[in-house]
Amino acid sequence: MRKITSKDIGAALRTSSPIIVTFIVLGIGYGILMQKHGYSPVWSLLSGIIIFSGTAQFVSVTMLSSGSVLMAGITALMISARHVFFSISMIGRYNSEGRRKGYLYYALCDETYAMLSKDDGPEGVNVSNYRLLVTLFDQSAWVIGSFLGGWIGTLLTFDSTGIDFAMTALFTTVFIQQWLDNRNHLPAVLGVAATLACRLIFGRDIFLIPAMVIIIGVLIAARGRIEPEGTDIRTENGIPAGNDDLAGGESHD
Amino acid sequence: MTENGHAIIVIIVMGMAVLATRIVPVLVFGRGEKVPELILYLGRVVPYTAMGLLIVYCLRDMPVLEAPHGLPEIIALAAVTVTYLWKRNTIFSVVIGTALYMFLVQSVF
Repeated sequence: MRKITSKDIGAALRTSSPIIVTFIVLGIGYGILMQKHGYSPVWSLLSGIIIFSGTAQFVSVTMLSSGSVLMAGITALMISARHVFFSISMIGRYNSEGRRKGYLYYALCDETYAMLSKDDGPEGVNVSNYRLLVTLFDQSAWVIGSFLGGWIGTLLTFDSTGIDFAMTALFTTVFIQQWLDNRNHLPAVLGVAATLACRLIFGRDIFLIPAMVIIIGVLIAARGRIEPEGTDIRTENGIPAGNDDLAGGESHD
Repeated sequence: MTENGHAIIVIIVMGMAVLATRIVPVLVFGRGEKVPELILYLGRVVPYTAMGLLIVYCLRDMPVLEAPHGLPEIIALAAVTVTYLWKRNTIFSVVIGTALYMFLVQSVF
């Protein structure tokens, strides 16, 4: 495991900065809501560490005082089913992360995934340290924000309606960059089309589950078209995959 | 059971459920020294499908049939796209797009 340098920290902060700002603001919103339901900032802090899923935590607020524990569990499973999809696609990348693996998977939220679901980090940065720091900064921002929200949130008069659009914007920039980097647009189109179709057919609550099943099914069935004979989608433009940690290479332990 | 006891249990149960969705796939497919070839393939291609999935997920409650017909979202996404193609700077595009969106939903629509 290589020592964390200030260069690693700087690169991770640059990557995380839009997420940090948004998570602090959204976290404050969650902390205020918890406070209104009679739960002190310490509760928000605990929930941010134990659950660490914004959507699940917002839903949990009304379930804390009463209601079926089993239903709460099932609700959380349904809400975060998309993480199955994300974790599966990180296995190859995180396989050599050693003892850091546990934390990297436990704290893999949508935004961290969007930033880290590629093979390398910024140039000259230790990729293992970079992954750890981005994951940690993102989670810390959320937890700190939710603690602050319960503590001083009522003093803020700033209208934050619409701030959650920052995450949509963030995913959109990654989408565009991926589109520019790749000549094969089938996976990108598939992701949008399958999810949109499922949203229209299955309604707002469960559409991600059929969407993921369809996406994985099509990706497997169309493998020959996406990566014809021994090619690799990442090298299609003739750019070498570069720092390919799947091949073993440097051990991070 | 006291009310706090119930809250603690709900947080732990929901936490375990969320953790399971993040860890169980790894325990099933990532145990051995060598990761199955199919999983490596999905690892390479799923990120290219996942951003579209996340964008649609973020916009799942956008009203299309009633006013304002998703106009704030469409305008702000157009701003994100144009600024990103222009500057290739994530933070710049996120700030511009979000500020525009907040202005639109708070003051215009």
